[in-house]
Amino acid sequence: MSSGQVVMRARYKKTAKAPGIQGVLIMTEDKFVFTRDDNMSSVEVDVGFRSIKGHKFTKEAPQNKALLNLTQEVKGGGYIFEFDKFSERDICRDFVGKVLGKLQATQSSAQDANVASEKPTITVHDEQLSAEEMELRMKLLRDNSELQKLHKQFVIGGVLTEAEFWATRKKLLAVNASRTSKQRVGFKSAMIADVRPLTDGRTNKVTFSLTPEIIHQIFTEKPAVHQAFLNFVPSKMTEKDFWTKYCRAEYLHRTKNAVAAAAEAAEDEELAVFLKQDDILAREARRKIRRVDPTLDMEADEGDDYIHLPDHGILRDGSKEITDTEYEQYRRTLAQDLNRHAAVVLEGRTLDVELGDTRTVAEALAKSKKAELATEKSDDKANQERLERVSRMAEIEDLQAPHNLPFAPLFIKDPREYFDSQQANALKALGDAGVGTKTINCSLSTGQAYGSLRELISEMKVTGLSDPVVKPEVALKVLNGLTQHLSSTKYNLGKNPQESILDRLPNRTKEELLHHWISIQELLKHFWSSYPITTAYLYTKVSRLKDAMAEIYPNLQGIKESAQSDFRHQVSLLVQPMLQALDAAFTHYDADSQKRSTKSGERSNGFI
Amino acid sequence: MASAPSKQYSDDVSLLMVLLDTNPFFWGGTNTTTGVLSFSSFLTHVISFLNSIILLNQLNQVVVIATGFNSCDYIYESSTSEAIIVNSDNGQMPALCSKMLQKLEEFVIRDEQLSKENSPTGIVSSLLSGSLSLALCYIQKVFRSGPLHPHPRILCLQGSPDGPEQYVAVMNAIFSAQRSMVPIDSCVIGAQHSAFLQQASYITGGVYLKPQQLDGLFQYLTIQSRRLVPDMGMICTPTDPHKPNCATYP
Repeated sequence: MSSGQVVMRARYKKTAKAPGIQGVLIMTEDKFVFTRDDNMSSVEVDVGFRSIKGHKFTKEAPQNKALLNLTQEVKGGGYIFEFDKFSERDICRDFVGKVLGKLQATQSSAQDANVASEKPTITVHDEQLSAEEMELRMKLLRDNSELQKLHKQFVIGGVLTEAEFWATRKKLLAVNASRTSKQRVGFKSAMIADVRPLTDGRTNKVTFSLTPEIIHQIFTEKPAVHQAFLNFVPSKMTEKDFWTKYCRAEYLHRTKNAVAAAAEAAEDEELAVFLKQDDILAREARRKIRRVDPTLDMEADEGDDYIHLPDHGILRDGSKEITDTEYEQYRRTLAQDLNRHAAVVLEGRTLDVELGDTRTVAEALAKSKKAELATEKSDDKANQERLERVSRMAEIEDLQAPHNLPFAPLFIKDPREYFDSQQANALKALGDAGVGTKTINCSLSTGQAYGSLRELISEMKVTGLSDPVVKPEVALKVLNGLTQHLSSTKYNLGKNPQESILDRLPNRTKEELLHHWISIQELLKHFWSSYPITTAYLYTKVSRLKDAMAEIYPNLQGIKESAQSDFRHQVSLLVQPMLQALDAAFTHYDADSQKRSTKSGERSNGFI
Repeated sequence: MASAPSKQYSDDVSLLMVLLDTNPFFWGGTNTTTGVLSFSSFLTHVISFLNSIILLNQLNQVVVIATGFNSCDYIYESSTSEAIIVNSDNGQMPALCSKMLQKLEEFVIRDEQLSKENSPTGIVSSLLSGSLSLALCYIQKVFRSGPLHPHPRILCLQGSPDGPEQYVAVMNAIFSAQRSMVPIDSCVIGAQHSAFLQQASYITGGVYLKPQQLDGLFQYLTIQSRRLVPDMGMICTPTDPHKPNCATYP
């Protein structure tokens, strides 16, 4: 592979179903060539990798053929090669992946160079991307138009490199990567343990059909059957006999013939295994009961049991279920079955074995069970935990010391001073400092103040309301003032006053503002993350970013100026924080470069 | 006429809680120094406004709470029958007025008796948190009176500055108003903006207003009242340019 060439015997197929032509496949860095065995002189396929968009391959499995499909940009076009062995195919696949990744990287950097030809290309492709990663990024860009815009503006515009752009979005890539991991199919939620017997109606023959899937589920739902299978098959009986017996037991259950079941169980001890209650399950249930929250009182709900009342209870297959004490151990209630099934479905499929051979499935299941048990805590420990829980649940909260997390209390020397200063700030920010400075005349004593207020009230009691309430001139002034205010917000008529100011702006302005805001955020994120500057690379990056930000600055001014008079104020309010953020960055940049220059003056062999 | 069942009209019936700032230091102060708006002309505007609300719909209810310096109290309730009895002293005053003035005077005397210091220092704020709580209690009582109830609103007429020590109490009142979907409208007649009331109006979706022409207060209030009374929805009102600039709350 390191030689930059791969030679492999393969069959070239035009379609996946076609038999294919035997020949030799030669892959080099830039193209692949296929020559057929029967006609060595003519070249069947000679294609450059540049026209190949991606590659697909079959999973390694005994029933699969070792295929490699190189897909072309043209829809549907492709070259399919079949190999004798998967290992051979894998060599070719890896080679193709590497070549395609390299091609894509150089293509994008070529694009960079094209667009920003006047600038020196600083693109450093220090990471080698696999085709999958590349595809993932492409997909992300396709799905998110905002991201695409940013990518186009900064990466292709030469401000950021591909790697820098994605470095801040590792999370995005990671999330998508995890999403692609295969999901394991769980058990069906339908109760397939209810294998319906088929009767042909003429004879007394009853047919049960079992599939590997059903068998797997039976094993997980009924540990006793699983155990019996491991014990009896194949030493005592054949697999077929085992399942016949099982089905017979099932049939007895189904016909509700508890008496017959008891009789049969007495005769046949193997059959009894299926008919009696599942010991393993019972044991498990006991263990679970021990873990139940000790404050949960099941007995309290006992009065809610209506099952034994007439017209209550569970109907199954048309007949009411009642538990009969005598043959109870030969009966399974619907509730039991349902609960068990639900538990198994929720637990999910833990086995990763190809269903097929019943014996291997059974053994694998036993192995996973054992591992599970080993990881669970021993009963002693569980008991200890239970006791702890009881004491924790039974404690009366009020009597306990508060078990808070340690924290450092907020230290405010004088809360009053703090809030006073806050209010002063708030007032200053409101911009009416001129009015705010006029404080209330509190030279009045309490008596004086109350006295004058009382005086006013009693005075009013005598004179009544002043007439007119509002002087006409004042009324006109107020009306004019309000109308003016309203006309500037006339577009807002009937709309929710809580809505964003953005919605009131013309669409174009709104989009421009949003776009600038996003690009500024992107640039600032990179800008601030480059500090402190430790390498020359970071230095060039920062200056690049600064230039890009300086380009946005006049654009913002432009938006502000081009806005209609109605919106100018609002737009300038929106633009203000953006300008502030940019200014902060510029100031930092200037201060830093000044510091740097003085330092480099002292030490002439600095890296810049 | 008072016996009409209010419930079937509850869609367009308002319950307006008015919080009157009766801080003597504020009114005494403005009265002597600036004289822009005296307490009596303030009361004239407010009472006229309340009358117009009641006129608009017989079933509208108005409750006035005095926000004093040391205490707060209900001083007028339009739903009680005694308020409806026309008191015609000289025909110059609406029925509402004399009753309310009487109560107000009693309240001021009570408030004075409660004061401890002779002349307070620092910020002389009114008990906004107390009167907000009273208003919310009243609204809760109305809410519990039946399945249908009038639309409640709180209108804060505030002149004195915010009391920083009331911060937590005021914010709690605002949040409970937000939770029970009661808008708090505020009209600031003092010299400074009130950060508390800006928060209150913003969070609860009410209107914050600081009129420039204080002698036109009645007009501001009536125009503002399209928010207070559902019938007047066609008039548009100035929206609040003063979004709170301190911390944001969830």
